[in-house]
Amino acid sequence: MSSDQNSSDVVQSSFWLASWTLAVREVVRFVRQRSRLIGAIGQPIVFWILFGAGLHGAFQLPGVEDTQSLSFQEYFLPGIAVLIVLFTSIFSSISVIQDRNEGFLQGVLVAPIPRSAIVMGKVLGGAILAMIQAALFLIVAPLLHWIGLAPAMNLASSISGMVGATLFLALIAIGLTGLGYLFAWKINSVQGYHGVMSLVLLPMWLLSGAFFPGTGSVWMSWLIRLNPLTYGVAGLRRCLVTDPAVLQVLPPFWVCLSVTLLFAAVCLAADVFITRRDPAVAS
Amino acid sequence: MSIVHVDQLEHSYGERHALSGVSFDVERGEVFGLLGPNGSGKSTLFRVLSTLLPRQKGIATVNGFDVSEQSDDVRRSIGVTFQSPSLDLKLTVGENLKHHGKLYGLSGKHLTERCHEVMSRLGVADRERDYAETLSGGLKRRVEIAKTLLHSPKVLLLDEPSTGLDPGARHDLWATLFELREEMNVTILVTTHLMEEADRCDRLGIIDLGEMIALGTPNELRSKVGGDSITILGEEIESLAEELRTKFSCDVQTLNEVIRIEHESGHELLAQIATEYPGRFRSLTLGKPSLEDVFVKLTGRGLIEAGEVS
Repeated sequence: MSSDQNSSDVVQSSFWLASWTLAVREVVRFVRQRSRLIGAIGQPIVFWILFGAGLHGAFQLPGVEDTQSLSFQEYFLPGIAVLIVLFTSIFSSISVIQDRNEGFLQGVLVAPIPRSAIVMGKVLGGAILAMIQAALFLIVAPLLHWIGLAPAMNLASSISGMVGATLFLALIAIGLTGLGYLFAWKINSVQGYHGVMSLVLLPMWLLSGAFFPGTGSVWMSWLIRLNPLTYGVAGLRRCLVTDPAVLQVLPPFWVCLSVTLLFAAVCLAADVFITRRDPAVAS
Repeated sequence: MSIVHVDQLEHSYGERHALSGVSFDVERGEVFGLLGPNGSGKSTLFRVLSTLLPRQKGIATVNGFDVSEQSDDVRRSIGVTFQSPSLDLKLTVGENLKHHGKLYGLSGKHLTERCHEVMSRLGVADRERDYAETLSGGLKRRVEIAKTLLHSPKVLLLDEPSTGLDPGARHDLWATLFELREEMNVTILVTTHLMEEADRCDRLGIIDLGEMIALGTPNELRSKVGGDSITILGEEIESLAEELRTKFSCDVQTLNEVIRIEHESGHELLAQIATEYPGRFRSLTLGKPSLEDVFVKLTGRGLIEAGEVS
């Protein structure tokens, strides 16, 4: 019977196989578009060097007496790693819009895969790219000291510090890519997404303690405290910095970890929700 | 049971009714065409059948599965080719196929074999390592179709498959579709607004303003118009048309320097025109009515015109 003969081809589609192939596609596409690499990692490095040199001496971490303990560049280091993650996640979410407009998404939507695999593929792919780039930055940045572009830094070099930093980078990447997906799924033009980028995503980064502590103003310190990304940046900072005076002013580790975890989980759940509910691929 | 079964299907976008009670069946192994102008509702119907839109009211099943309740079973039963290509242009042909196969749960050696099989069937095996963006429109469409065959679907759904193809590529595409039907016994459902394409189908449904206004083989549909159709090309068409109207008191249409007459016994009329108006025309032909004639007869509008209105 013909149906029996065909049934061998109808293997049960698996969530992980589908997610993985979608994630691999993200990585392959990225590697083939060199300009994206330069945009996502080059710009943050330039920011780090220029802001670091420009604000050198004008910076003091509140609550820390000794001004010599932490240079601005050192303070800014985790923030830049998160900025790299943010830029990569923005690129990933823009690709959601491109996939829809170029027709690729329709082919995925008619495949017998759970809708959550579509989310997982995008987020996983974006997160892998973000982590690799941020990790590269964290390895390369201290080396810039040797050519005079950065001050000497006193960074953690323990295994637990590296594992912790990787964990936080992964969670932040999943959260931010998931957040970007949420907007991108509803927006049908890349131009429209620029609004979200400059009004939501970049302010979110600015108000995360990544760039400045922001404790001088009451309203700002509240915004920073309410921003979930603050805890991701603080968690990453905790893993990278060794100075006990700095560690003392950061939120406790368990708070950082739980908020960051929760944020990633909420974003993922919301992504799956809107993808399942989507009544149609707008044509 | 019919492989595609649609009964009293309705669909609306808010206030606007895109489908108002469409019914038809497609039998196993058939090449079935949905013919209609742009905005007729055929794309909505296509989207419901391909599980991209939920079924709102009425019945729609593919391979015995409900398109909304058992959408994953429907998805495994169909291979969908969209009007706008769903290839990833940054990937090679081979990578596109591998990727697609994995979405259908294929992997490893079996997937590789299937990829080679469908590539050679569609004649794109030599392009395996080329980036999709370097392919011509016709080849892209072939790769698309190859992709949809990977999981051996029972039904191929194609939305305006010859959009953007030159006549040669269009001809090849149809030859391929018929081969697939012969060799794999798949059922093929295409939407189109082109007469020439509709004419190739085994059976057709003509859809307009959300309703199925005619259903049958191209010949059956043509017989709705009845009689023969005479076409006259020439220089001073309008005056000739006027003379023919008074002389034979029949319906004479003129459109773009062409006279068209529908008549019960065209051959007799043709002979009369030929003997009585020598030298007044460049060519005089007798033929069966076209599907365009059928559409005009049923709706009072031309296909293109109807598409522009809506």
